[in-house]
Amino acid sequence: MSPVVMHTVARMMAPVLLLVSLVLAVRGHDIPGGGFVGGLMAATAFALQMVAFGRPAARKQLRVHPTRLAAAGLLVALGSGIPAMLGGREFLSSIWGQLPLPWSDSLKVGTPQLFDVGVYLAVLGTAMAFILGMGRGEDTTAPDSRA
Amino acid sequence: MEMFLAITVGALFAAGLYCLMLHSIVRLALGLVLLGSATNLLLFTVNGLQRGFAPLVPAGEEALTGPFADPVPQAFILTAIVINFGLLALLLVLVHRTAQETGTDDTRALRTELKDSDQ
Amino acid sequence: MTPATLLSLPIILCLGAAAAGQLLPSRAWPKRWLALMTMLAVAVVGAMLLVTVRREGVQAAQMGGWAAPFGITLVADLLSALLVLVTGVMGLTVVSYSAATLPASREAGAYYPLVLVLVGGVCGAFLTGDLFNLFVWIEVMLGASFVLLALEARQEQLEASIKYMSLSLMGSVVLLCAVGLLYGVAGTLNLADLSVVIPGSDQPRLLTAVSMFFLVAFALKAGAFPLFFWLPASYHTPPAAVTTLFSALLTKVGVYALARIFTLVFTRDSELTSTLLLVMGGLTMVTGVLGAVAQYDMRRLLSFHIISQIGYLIAALGLLTRGALTALIAFLIHYIFAKSALFLVSGATARVTRTYDLHQMGNLYRTQPLLAALFFVPALSLAGVPPFSGFFAKLAVIQAALRAENWAIAGTAVVVGLLTLFSMMKIWREAFWKAPPENQPQEPNRPLSLGDGVLGPCMAMTAFMVVLGVGAQPLMELADAAAGQLLDPGEYVQAVMGGRP
Repeated sequence: MSPVVMHTVARMMAPVLLLVSLVLAVRGHDIPGGGFVGGLMAATAFALQMVAFGRPAARKQLRVHPTRLAAAGLLVALGSGIPAMLGGREFLSSIWGQLPLPWSDSLKVGTPQLFDVGVYLAVLGTAMAFILGMGRGEDTTAPDSRA
Repeated sequence: MEMFLAITVGALFAAGLYCLMLHSIVRLALGLVLLGSATNLLLFTVNGLQRGFAPLVPAGEEALTGPFADPVPQAFILTAIVINFGLLALLLVLVHRTAQETGTDDTRALRTELKDSDQ
Repeated sequence: MTPATLLSLPIILCLGAAAAGQLLPSRAWPKRWLALMTMLAVAVVGAMLLVTVRREGVQAAQMGGWAAPFGITLVADLLSALLVLVTGVMGLTVVSYSAATLPASREAGAYYPLVLVLVGGVCGAFLTGDLFNLFVWIEVMLGASFVLLALEARQEQLEASIKYMSLSLMGSVVLLCAVGLLYGVAGTLNLADLSVVIPGSDQPRLLTAVSMFFLVAFALKAGAFPLFFWLPASYHTPPAAVTTLFSALLTKVGVYALARIFTLVFTRDSELTSTLLLVMGGLTMVTGVLGAVAQYDMRRLLSFHIISQIGYLIAALGLLTRGALTALIAFLIHYIFAKSALFLVSGATARVTRTYDLHQMGNLYRTQPLLAALFFVPALSLAGVPPFSGFFAKLAVIQAALRAENWAIAGTAVVVGLLTLFSMMKIWREAFWKAPPENQPQEPNRPLSLGDGVLGPCMAMTAFMVVLGVGAQPLMELADAAAGQLLDPGEYVQAVMGGRP
């Protein structure tokens, strides 16, 4: 495949893939989808960038360091369990509420959605850390003082 | 159907173990991928093949209706796939780094430990 | 604090701090202090949990409010609570030792978050109430350990990680198969539920087969004969702090899991399992110590001793009497501290001599008298010399074997104890006593010094050993109560299934 085609496809597909990943993440409470699949889908968008434009470009597109993204996701997912604990219930118990919307009835929101957001970020971050980390360790192989 | 899947599981395990015994780090990783898939298929098979609905209580009903699939094994398999995915990605990075460091794919090159103790 | 909060806090704290640590700027000190504070908090929570369990009995909580056996259950009996406390203490020790020994560039990286993930996984494995989550936590812990092992990316470390990782993944495959098959047979994976369902099951042979899967999987994680090969192949390559963490926690999770499932779940075929465990334990003791006697690399020698001591634990589990389980728990606690002390001291000696090769060392008794003392006490304790903790722990194992009239195990334990003493004396003679080798390369430009704060953690470990030796009575009482809970699962089942709020 000529680079022109690859570049064009990568540029065109990236927003589509990201959008699909978001749709998958949002719809997935009781139909197929969810944070994990969404996160993987988003990772493919960046992986495509890496294939087309190289690793530095993909890393730049991601903006945040992938392990930080994963850490933030883990924090959000853990954090979604805390409100229930503060309310005297078990960790990770779901709390649901109604968010009134001006144009329609109301939207059901709850801590499980926050959990899914966390999973989305964590999966995206972890997958990107592995994909970008291929061939390059976390640190340089500096000689260290053993012990 | 069970029989067919059982044979497939067996074949996958055999192929995975065969890969592990070759002197190649990449095949080692591939063997572990196959073993992971074989395990997931095994979980899927032993916990009952059933064509059923998602185990969600339909709107306006009190209890589950009809033949529904047991969600627990599916949750196991999903979790196992996620874990497998993460660890194998890690293994691949490791294999890649080792190949860069040693310049070979041969597991027999991974013997510095033995050379040390021979001294 | 409610029991549910106490039970989930160690895991939440570790994972949360790991994530927060990764978000902190890449500097050494914020990550170090975050890790130290978290480990301290885990130890405190562990102590509170232990007090609560001692006072009010087994504690259980259902995460997300889904009742057992459907939800995710966290349970703490005395054994779990005690192990969480020890995990916190070990985490604290290892983090402070890391702060004293590791270069700042490593501390600034992903090191502390990974240690926190590992400790979180270990706490999760000790506290979980169902087998699938046990699998998940073991994988979390292993994932962190793989990265920690390969973090410096030197060639021998990469090789060690490949061996360690592929063998561990094999073990995980077996474990997952076991979990899946057990669900297929019993229809539940909640430990308490299983302990009710399994005795009445109509497929005893299938269950025995499944229990053998579990035996293989956990024996591999524990490093028991004949599945220990990953351990001496990998434990000598990472920095001493990492080796200490691994030796203190990783194999113990395997032992804990064995103890849990063979006292709570698969109690029906105890004749068969106990024979197997006894044979396995005896052979593990012997092969481990023989491997150790042959070694001249300090850390590899100590790694083989891990295996040998695991043998004592497995043999004690195989005896399956109250006395034996008491011995198992006391031995487990003693041995975590003793082994860690030895690995920490080995790291300190390597800082002075810049080698782990016993041939190259010498004369440390005169140049580093404090270090010599700090090696001497845990070495004697590990070998089982009074008045240190190892003596009472080993004595309890041997007494239990004698009471069960199992002369083979008792004899093996005594002989292996002597061989342990012999190999400890070998380290003493080679590293501390003999004159240094003549042709030692001198590097005057790099002064040989220990550095600040290296001996602190070693002293803490040694102090524990003396305290646990001189004041063995409270530990023995606690271990006895914990063994009672293991042998009578009624309270455990009641706490999990009884619909407690």
